[in-house]
Amino acid sequence: MKGNEAIAHAAIRYGADGYFGYPITPQSEILETLEELMPWESTGMVVLQAESEIAAINMVYGGAACGKAVFTSSSSPGVSLKQEGVSYIAAGELPALIINVMRGGPGLGTIQPSQADYFQATKGGGHGDYKLITLAPSSVQEMADFVWLGFDLAFKYRTPSIMLADGIVGQMMEKVVLPAPRQRRTAEQIAEQCPWAVTGKPSTRKRNIMTTLELEPAAMEVINNRLQEKYRIIEENEVRFQTYDIEDAEYLIVAFGSIARICQKMVEEARSKGVKVGLLRPITLWPFPTAEIERLSARMKGIIVMEINAGQMIEDVRLACHDNIPVYHYGRLGGIVPNPQEVLDAFFNHFPEANS
Amino acid sequence: MKEEIIIAGFGGQGVLSMGKILAYAALMNDLEVTWMPAYGPEQRGGTANVTVILSDSPISSPVLDSYDIAVVLNQQSLDKFEDKIKPGGMLIYDSYGIHRSPHRKDIKVHEIKAMDASLEMGNAKTYNMVVLGALLGLRELVPMDAVIRGLKKTLPERHHHLIPLNCDAISKGKSLVG
Repeated sequence: MKGNEAIAHAAIRYGADGYFGYPITPQSEILETLEELMPWESTGMVVLQAESEIAAINMVYGGAACGKAVFTSSSSPGVSLKQEGVSYIAAGELPALIINVMRGGPGLGTIQPSQADYFQATKGGGHGDYKLITLAPSSVQEMADFVWLGFDLAFKYRTPSIMLADGIVGQMMEKVVLPAPRQRRTAEQIAEQCPWAVTGKPSTRKRNIMTTLELEPAAMEVINNRLQEKYRIIEENEVRFQTYDIEDAEYLIVAFGSIARICQKMVEEARSKGVKVGLLRPITLWPFPTAEIERLSARMKGIIVMEINAGQMIEDVRLACHDNIPVYHYGRLGGIVPNPQEVLDAFFNHFPEANS
Repeated sequence: MKEEIIIAGFGGQGVLSMGKILAYAALMNDLEVTWMPAYGPEQRGGTANVTVILSDSPISSPVLDSYDIAVVLNQQSLDKFEDKIKPGGMLIYDSYGIHRSPHRKDIKVHEIKAMDASLEMGNAKTYNMVVLGALLGLRELVPMDAVIRGLKKTLPERHHHLIPLNCDAISKGKSLVG
C-alpha cells in the first residue's frame, strides 16, 4: 500500500481517538483512507475534515488536553498554517502527533516531493523555545511504525511529535506489515494514565487547568526551564539513526528520509567501484545524532549531506563535527528529486580523489 | 533476481494501474516491490509514468536513473526513456501514435500492437492488460496465478466480475509476442 494509506491503517490499529485534517496533496490519501475505513463504526475513533488547517490543529489541541491520542496531517503550506497551534500544544505539554508529507516550497510551491521543512520541524516552526520530537520515515513500513512511535514518545514525554515525511514515501507503494490492532483506551484508563488531563474533576483532586498564558515572567521562566529540562532528557534517551556500510568508510553520506534510500543505492554503486563510502541516516532529526556524527567524523576524510532542499540538515552536521573535516551539501529544489547517478556524481564532484 | 521497470504513457491509458497490478502480483509471489509514480495534477491526456522494482532482496532506491525494462506507450515517453534503458535491457513499445522508431541497437526492442488488439477485443479499456500480457509474455516476471491474485487485491470487489475479461486481455497480449 501507499505510505499515506499505511499511516491511516496504523493510526486506527494504535487505538487513536481522533484525526482532524484538511486535504492537501501529496497526503490527501490519509484522510481519504480514514474515511474509507470508517473507524468510527469499529473502534469509535473520530475522523473529521475540519474547515481549515488552523481549525484542525486546534481540535488536536483540545483532544490532547483531554488525554486523547489525536493527530493531524498536512503538507508544507498547511503545516505552516498549523504552527501557532503547535507552539500552544508544546507549551501546554500535551501529547499529539503531527504529520508533514513535505512538498516543494516556499509559498504554495509545487506538489512534488521536498525536504525543505527541516528547519521548520527541528528548530521550532512556531514561536517560543520549544522542540518537536521529529521522526523521518524512509519507507512505507516506517510510515506505519512511526505513527506508533510518534504517539508513544508524545505520551511518554507529554510533548508533541512530528513525522517529517515527503511526497516520495507518501505516494510510493511497498510491502508493509501492520501491527496487530489495539483497543482504544477507555475514559477510566485515560483518567488514570493522564492525571494531568481535562477529564472531569473528581472530588479527590483540584481542577486541571490547561493554559499557555502566564503573565508573571518569573513563573513563565520556571515553565520554560521545565521544558528545557525535558528536552535534555529526550536528547539523552531518544536519538535514533541507522548506518550502512560505515565500518571501513573513509567518506560519509548523511541523508534522511526518502533521499537516504537513493543514497543507499549510490553507496552500493560506489562500493562496487571500490570506493569506501558509508551512509548515516538520522531517524530522529531532533534529537539529532550529534554524538555519533562527531565520533565518526574523527576517522572520515569528508562528509556530504544529501537533502532535497538548499542545505538545512548540513548545519547540524557541521555543528556535530565542529567543521574539523570538509562537509559539503548536495540538493535539488522545488520538487525535483535527484536520482542515484546524480548523487554519485555530486559525491565525486566534491571528493574527486575518492575516484582514483 | 531484480527487475527495474518503467511504464510510461498518457494519463488515462492505465499506466499506473498496470504498474499497481504488476506490483501486487509480485507481492503475492513473495517478492520485494516498490511502486513509485511520477505524480502530478492528474489529468487524462497528460503524461504518466511509474517505476516498479521487483526483487528477491530488499530494495534501496525507489527512484532510478536507468532501467532493465521500459514499457512506453507514447512518443514523449519513448523520447524520454529510450536512452535510459541499460545496455542489454528491453524496450516494449506500442507503435500506435509513434512517428519516430527506436534507435538503440544494444537493447532488445519489441513493437506490440496493443491498441489494435484491445480494439479487436471490443473494449479499449482492456488496453493496459494487453500491454501487461505482452510484458509477461516477453519476461515471465510473475506467474499468472499471482497476477490473478494481484487483480483481486487491486480491483474493488464490485469489479471482480471483470477479472476474466482482464485475463483474456492478458492472454491476448501474450499472443502478440509469442
